[in-house]
Amino acid sequence: MLKYTDDHEWLRAEGDEIVVGITKHASEQLGDVVFIELPEEGTDVIAGDEIVVIESVKAASDITAPVGGTITAVNTALADAPGDVNADPMAAWFFRIKPADPAAIEGFMDEAAYKALVD
Amino acid sequence: MADTTRRTGLYDLHIELGAKMVPFAGWDMPVQFPMGVMNEHLHTREHAGLFDVSHMGQVIVRPLDGNMQTAALALETLIPANVLDLAPGRQRYGLFTNDRGGILDDLMFANRGDHFLLVVNAACADQDIAHLQTLEGVSVEPVTDRGLIALQGPRAGAALGRLIPAATDMRFMDSLTLGWQGHDLWISRSGYTGEDGFEISVPDHALEAFARALLDQPEVAPIGLGARDSLRLEAGMPLYGHDMDPEVTPAQAALGWSIPKVRRNGGPRAGGFPGADAVLAELDTGPATTRRGLRPEGRAPIREGVALFADQTGDAPLGTVRSGGFGPSVGGPVAMAIIDASLPEGTTIWAELRGKRVPVTIAALPFVTPSYKR
Repeated sequence: MLKYTDDHEWLRAEGDEIVVGITKHASEQLGDVVFIELPEEGTDVIAGDEIVVIESVKAASDITAPVGGTITAVNTALADAPGDVNADPMAAWFFRIKPADPAAIEGFMDEAAYKALVD
Repeated sequence: MADTTRRTGLYDLHIELGAKMVPFAGWDMPVQFPMGVMNEHLHTREHAGLFDVSHMGQVIVRPLDGNMQTAALALETLIPANVLDLAPGRQRYGLFTNDRGGILDDLMFANRGDHFLLVVNAACADQDIAHLQTLEGVSVEPVTDRGLIALQGPRAGAALGRLIPAATDMRFMDSLTLGWQGHDLWISRSGYTGEDGFEISVPDHALEAFARALLDQPEVAPIGLGARDSLRLEAGMPLYGHDMDPEVTPAQAALGWSIPKVRRNGGPRAGGFPGADAVLAELDTGPATTRRGLRPEGRAPIREGVALFADQTGDAPLGTVRSGGFGPSVGGPVAMAIIDASLPEGTTIWAELRGKRVPVTIAALPFVTPSYKR
């Protein structure tokens, strides 16, 4: 199941976790990404926490936690290859989160709704 | 400020090329093309990039008596440079100063035989023109019917040479009129990237055709303001309004090199420009603070406004970042700030980034070696 947030994150349900990245639209708006600061594994977050910093050639942006829960994994490879976010944003995941509310992902936009938002 | 942004003569071409347009100094300008800032930057360093800089102010200053010395000496009352000895066909860099010795703008000025051509920053153009109009013995003529194109990069000479063979004979800071398809182009061999290249003033009616002729050359790609900024930053070139402003003196901006001995204390034409006493005294003694290069450790850029500290925990600020970002050719973040002039290169200082202090090394400017054709 693939869902989208208003902040242009994609959320993919995998078992009882959610994998989070940013959309192609977001990566194009950011421009070339040159630095990514990721949260630490094991961190408990609440929805809306700014937990990822993305620096592009243009500006710094924050990525927020889409849902509350625990960060179970982070994609440390991005630190050395931040440009992967531009090259293949759907593959360049940032972190996995185990949501406190297992149904939390249900409320987000589906692909059709997200497409309508960005077009 | 005007409510409407102005368009250059290349606006339609930018749109056709897929540019992302942004307001800049009252103009609607391309910040990037589909290639993206990073690749535009690298393309310019490896091949050649075409920049629309038509927003910059072009101003002719002409002696009313026909004697160029009259105009040169008039300009020297506003600009602490050697204008008088500038040979025809040559260009120099200079500054307008205020009564306190701060910088009102920076500019290029060229001796074009019977007049000087000045190129000033877009945001300062109206103020500069008013400033110039206080001069006696000269006419001040804003150029309103020409655009300005910069062609920059190691292949710029080869690309321009196919259209205008004589351009390849020009040396760095030459400034000449050369013909292209019956149009007079005012060409200087100069730029704002640290690369060899040209700045070319083109009549409006030929501007788009000339830009297209350059873009038809295999080396040339269109480049936006985003890459222009990272290119000049890596080249250690200050940007008006950021690295210098009316509160910053020439020595603090590390631009003392633009003020030659002849205009300094003890020189035959010492002083005689706004703020001369302060500017020249500071050049004699050396400034307490000056513009320095900074290399943050790691990959996180430190941008304009980031506070700098001498140590990891203390609260004694050294200054703030004036210009900063990611340097694609350096392969890491680079920045400039006006800080303690006595700290040796290699000193570690600290930048406060998102509540954390990150180490930053004071580095020599420029960050990349210029490749001008002298």
